[in-house]
Amino acid sequence: MAAITIAEVSKIYHGNVEAVKSVSIDIEDGEFIVLVGPSGCGKSTLLRMVAGLETISKGTVTIGSRVINDVDPAERDIAMVFQNYALYPHMTVYDNLAYGLKNRKTPKAEIDARVAEAARMLEIEPYLSRKPRALSGGQRQRVAMGRAIVRKPAAFLFDEPLSNLDAKLRVSMRGEIKRLQKRLGTTSLYVTHDQLEAMTLADRLVVLNGGRIEQIGRPLDVYHRPASTFVASFIGSPAMNLVKGQIEGGNLQIGLYRIELGGRAPVEGPVTVGLRAEDLKLAGVGEDAMLFQVDYVEELGAQRLVHGSIDGQALTIALSPETPLSGDLAVTIAVDRLHFFSPETGKRLERGTSFAGDAPVETHRLETAS
Amino acid sequence: MTTATDLLPAARGGTGTRTGGRRFGAFRLFGGQSSGGESAAKRVQFASPFLPYLFLAPQLAIIFIFFYWPSVQAIQSSFYLEDPFGFGSTFVGMTNYTDVLKSGEYLGIARFTAVFTALVTFFALSIGLLLAVKADGVIRGNAAYKTLLIWVYAIAPPVAGLIGMMFFDQHIGPIVELARWFGWDIKVGLNYFDTAFSMVVVSVWKQIPYNFIFFLSGLQGIPVSVREAAAIDCSSGFRRFWTVILPLLAPTAFFLLIINVTYALFDTFGAIDVMVKDKAANNPITLVYKVYMDGFRGNDLGGSSAQSVILMLIVFVLTIFQFRFIERRVHYN
Repeated sequence: MAAITIAEVSKIYHGNVEAVKSVSIDIEDGEFIVLVGPSGCGKSTLLRMVAGLETISKGTVTIGSRVINDVDPAERDIAMVFQNYALYPHMTVYDNLAYGLKNRKTPKAEIDARVAEAARMLEIEPYLSRKPRALSGGQRQRVAMGRAIVRKPAAFLFDEPLSNLDAKLRVSMRGEIKRLQKRLGTTSLYVTHDQLEAMTLADRLVVLNGGRIEQIGRPLDVYHRPASTFVASFIGSPAMNLVKGQIEGGNLQIGLYRIELGGRAPVEGPVTVGLRAEDLKLAGVGEDAMLFQVDYVEELGAQRLVHGSIDGQALTIALSPETPLSGDLAVTIAVDRLHFFSPETGKRLERGTSFAGDAPVETHRLETAS
Repeated sequence: MTTATDLLPAARGGTGTRTGGRRFGAFRLFGGQSSGGESAAKRVQFASPFLPYLFLAPQLAIIFIFFYWPSVQAIQSSFYLEDPFGFGSTFVGMTNYTDVLKSGEYLGIARFTAVFTALVTFFALSIGLLLAVKADGVIRGNAAYKTLLIWVYAIAPPVAGLIGMMFFDQHIGPIVELARWFGWDIKVGLNYFDTAFSMVVVSVWKQIPYNFIFFLSGLQGIPVSVREAAAIDCSSGFRRFWTVILPLLAPTAFFLLIINVTYALFDTFGAIDVMVKDKAANNPITLVYKVYMDGFRGNDLGGSSAQSVILMLIVFVLTIFQFRFIERRVHYN
């Protein structure tokens, strides 16, 4: 077990294509870090550089106290779980698990003991003498996990390990990976494009976009305080609503509607306003409300997603299925749950910071609120 | 329990995604225990019982006319003593066989054929594999590299044989030139060892591109992630090759083993002919060439037929042996 330090790491391919741009992450011992982002964001490349399957163009990666830039993959003391399992098709499950240990000259008795322990943990004992082709997808995934566990490495690297499984199995394996990682306490780096997987597994998640880190933080922090419009629209399902707005004299103007911010406006001028679907509520009688024109409804069972628009800007509202729907809706916004982003850079604008007077108190209150 | 799980992969053998697995699926029909599951799983019902035979007829006709019919004739004439000038034949029983098997010359040629086949097969396979492994590792400019290695296979066999021969030409052959530097005066067609040496070299040279193509496609069929998993599990590239790459290449290698043995026994005829034809006697020849010499030069059709029957039996036994004992170690994905 060891901490991993990724310091200003870049990957430059032939033809000057920069897939990873000076990324730095400090991973604590035993921490579960999830790299999440859309395809092509460089998350897998970053993981593969840590594994030693790609060379590191710039920067350093340290595992424990060792800089491993030029260390052979097998000497890095890591184990990797691949998307398509990458089991050795000509070996039995037992040999698949034992292969890495045999190559490290582990005594036979210890190999047996470790394989037996891993097999028990993953409940693959009945299959030890089978070849991988005689196993189902879920069982293969367990064997791939077992191959990582038996080695007792300093770190686990997961490269989208669940994306080949069906939805139900994915959920149960997700839980199992989390439980196993907590139990073993092994530092883990996990790559996924699935934001739900990222949210549920991570101690901290790293949102990547275009080879750069958009945000690092605990799942709920990232959810409640997204650092940019990219993170806001990527993390959370349904995606955060982003609408154009204008702040004038401390009040927010969205289309026809004016919303009083109570002196906690971030800036004056145009802003991008972020609204979680669950932060839009139906207006009570006599409340100031905005007209929400319903476009279509998605029934999710526990929730009902209503898609529509306010003054021409598309929005999604999450409502309880008990709420009766009849034509267009009158909705209100929880003012303290609004997110503001710069329309030019997409970066988050902290509320209150631009108003020097009440900044500290307001910021603090906002944080406790979320 | 175990039989059920053993049968399952066997039934799926033919549907493997790797080119290797599919190509060699046909061979599995010979391998006793696995054929049952495969045919049962894919059985098709025809309305008329004669229809499937009708579909098979063209193929069967070809096999019958070009293989079974000549074979039967060969077996038949091996029991007769043929008049050299075509004036009838006499039944002589097993005399042709006993004559051949008692002949010291024939046994010597058989021994040389065994050594020749072993050498050609071994070197053609191992050099082909080595080049394929190296070509597989080349990332940039690999198209040019592969083309250079494959072109020999793309030109007509007699032309390739001729080019191969020119390497050993007494006057302009570069290999003869090279050997002279080391004080070795190669005399193809005069010296027994020199002739044997050049026969092996030319035969191997002609077969390498074929093996190279198959090994390369076999290597490229191995999933990248499996190689990467192996790279994380094992630091020694050599050990990785022996424990992961080679076993996954085994179906390809087994197929090529059979093809190469057959090549060395039969298809080297042209190269041998070019080297020893019109040369002094006592040159090394293989069994196939001996069949030709006795039959068409010596006009001893009976003896020649007996030899070809013996050769057929040897190949038959060899093939059975290969499928029985070597294929058992092959893992089909």
